[in-house]
Amino acid sequence: MRALVKVGVIVVGGLALRRFLLPSGRHGPWQRAPLMRREPRWHVVTVNPARDELTPDSPLPEPLAGLGDAVDVQIRRAPADRGIELAVRLRDGAQSPVTAGARRLAGRDPNQAIRAALREAKQLLETGEVLHPDSPPTTQTTAVNKPLQMATRQGRREGRL
Amino acid sequence: MKALLWQGVNDLSVDEVPDPTMRNEQDAIIRVRKTATCGSDLHLLGGYNPFMERGDVLGHEFLGEVVEVGPQVRKHKVGDRVVVCSFVSCGRCWYCQQQQYSLCDNGNTNPAITENVWGFAPGGCYGYSHALGGFAGSHAEYIRVPYADQGAFTVPDGVSDERALFASDAAPTGWMGADLGGVKAGDVVAVWGAGGVGQMAARAAVLLGAERVIIIDRFANRLQMAEKYLGVEALNYQTQDVGGELLERSGGRGPDVCIEAVGMESHSTGPQYLYDQVKQQLRLESDRPIAAREAIYHCRKGGSVFLLGVFANLVDKFPLGALMNKGLTLRGAQQHGHRYIPMLLERMARGDLVTEHLATHTMPLDEAPQGYNMFKNKLDGCVRAVFEPAR
Repeated sequence: MRALVKVGVIVVGGLALRRFLLPSGRHGPWQRAPLMRREPRWHVVTVNPARDELTPDSPLPEPLAGLGDAVDVQIRRAPADRGIELAVRLRDGAQSPVTAGARRLAGRDPNQAIRAALREAKQLLETGEVLHPDSPPTTQTTAVNKPLQMATRQGRREGRL
Repeated sequence: MKALLWQGVNDLSVDEVPDPTMRNEQDAIIRVRKTATCGSDLHLLGGYNPFMERGDVLGHEFLGEVVEVGPQVRKHKVGDRVVVCSFVSCGRCWYCQQQQYSLCDNGNTNPAITENVWGFAPGGCYGYSHALGGFAGSHAEYIRVPYADQGAFTVPDGVSDERALFASDAAPTGWMGADLGGVKAGDVVAVWGAGGVGQMAARAAVLLGAERVIIIDRFANRLQMAEKYLGVEALNYQTQDVGGELLERSGGRGPDVCIEAVGMESHSTGPQYLYDQVKQQLRLESDRPIAAREAIYHCRKGGSVFLLGVFANLVDKFPLGALMNKGLTLRGAQQHGHRYIPMLLERMARGDLVTEHLATHTMPLDEAPQGYNMFKNKLDGCVRAVFEPAR
């Protein structure tokens, strides 16, 4: 029985690690991860600007401008009056899954900065400000909720974007 | 300030926490006058949502008075009596402009969790876990309201606190189920669940012109309440044959629109209840979808089913065959309250929509843990417990 439990733990752990290390993206938890790509993928949001503040020739909004030369940026009109598509990707080639996973765990994956910058740029263009979470918090840190607190600290830097 | 805190599964306390602060220029701070329990809070209380932290403030249905506004707030001033939509929505993204406010792109400060679990992130919600933004809830003396011009609505002078309170969540949620479910004149409408949201959905169906509205529950007091205050018919599934009654009352066609207002902790009398309980407790499914299954089964061919009850993730034995072969339309949503609240307040002022009867037990915030016990266990005929922090 013990051996069975051990095998179960190893299998589940391995699957979790595989899921974490392989690139996140358009696949859901029940689908196979896509094949490795040589080029980094585009992160894209569609913005519904309050005014005509964003055109393909516009200067980049501040959170994106802060990413500097490390990224390629595309701005294009979305179909059917859905606004403007803002697309960003790393200029350098894709990292190995192990390197990317390690940097992601340490909070130093440049894709995390891209996600946060895109989300903040969208909010600034649509609402004029970046929505902040409540503070000071009313919650306590416990052994049980530490992983959740770690996850929420990365709230805008992670996800499928 | 005092607040009702989630301390763990089925463990609540009233304790002191820091006062909320203005975090954005479009924020307002509200002194809470009334705040209601909601059936969906019970999913948090029971531990069915894993994204709660010890010390989270519960509550998302509330009414109060503005005590502070940010420099970008234009519609409200200190002293305004407002009811606040339970969802946090910016009002300016594409989804908000399509009036799908609960799908707001900008209202959730923590989109990563729900993007991974559901594919995309809906907006934020007060007091509804860190998956929906981690905003502190309304069971407190004060609450921060982001995007105050969008989500706070001034209550007309002729509408009492007791009535307007339910314009925050129960009434717009119910109205949305009937509206987006496509209720029209001459329809037969069946509503599963005679709690606050189910009653409001049934009343909305009446006001939208349905010929017959039938509400289904197991608690006699709730069914009597619905007959008395809403002008609808009642079915008790513990003592009556729901399928037979629905056929008989709809000319053998089945209801045109079926609204599910129960959610992930559904009950029933048959063996499926035991089956779903076991699977849920073993975490082999997260939700018990019994009322949703029944709504799909009993709906007429080509009819419409709308899910108002809150579901978290995965269900088992979902009748896709019935859905597909009968050509049903299935929809669901968290409430797009911003779309309906001004109209609902007008109807409340005219007396078309009454809600006070839902608040069966009103008490000070200090008694909130006992209030939740009554609400959860349906003690003393409790339909909704309402807390008054200033009392």
